[in-house]
Amino acid sequence: MTRLESAAFQPGDRVVVRVDYPHRHIRTPRYIQGKTGQISALCGVFPNPETLAYGENGLPPQPLYRVEFVQAEVWETYRGPLTDKLLMDIYEGWLEPANHPANH
Amino acid sequence: MARVHDRGGWPTDEPIDQSPHESMDWELRVHALHSVLGEKGLRRTDELRRAIESLPPEQYESMTYYERWTAALEALLLEKGVLSVDEIDRKVDELEQAGILQ
Repeated sequence: MTRLESAAFQPGDRVVVRVDYPHRHIRTPRYIQGKTGQISALCGVFPNPETLAYGENGLPPQPLYRVEFVQAEVWETYRGPLTDKLLMDIYEGWLEPANHPANH
Repeated sequence: MARVHDRGGWPTDEPIDQSPHESMDWELRVHALHSVLGEKGLRRTDELRRAIESLPPEQYESMTYYERWTAALEALLLEKGVLSVDEIDRKVDELEQAGILQ
């Protein structure tokens, strides 16, 4: 069950992934941090894996989004089609609204 | 600076070996032990991941997949007080004396 009304982002929103590399457990790989993408879907609301990892109860649960990125914008040396996308499930706490509008 | 387990985007020209491979018996047992602990509420997938990510980088690199699961298993069992350091050391000693462990 997804609580759309309490989610910060909706499908279509452009978001940027925060940059942070704490020495504790996170689920946001370094290579996607700082990149801008678009919300594809709200996957659901789940207990927070970052705190579950340390024996805590993971509450409050966090919205998890499927975010779509353009491969050519993720990888400097990408040689495939510009239409190629990368889809990644990212927790809400790692996403911020993108400041600049889409320009493609 | 990405941590040792955070592999996405690490520069390499090496193709990824995607060939299937059989697990050895001990690997299946380690996997089963993790499952049993999970069922008993003594271990979560997130804790397994965190324990693996916490291995010293040089150990992480030199261990195989299920060797890392084994190291994580020991760390979590100690952390949760299921086993004590002394119990593990005595058992290892016993197995070494019996010639079962090198």
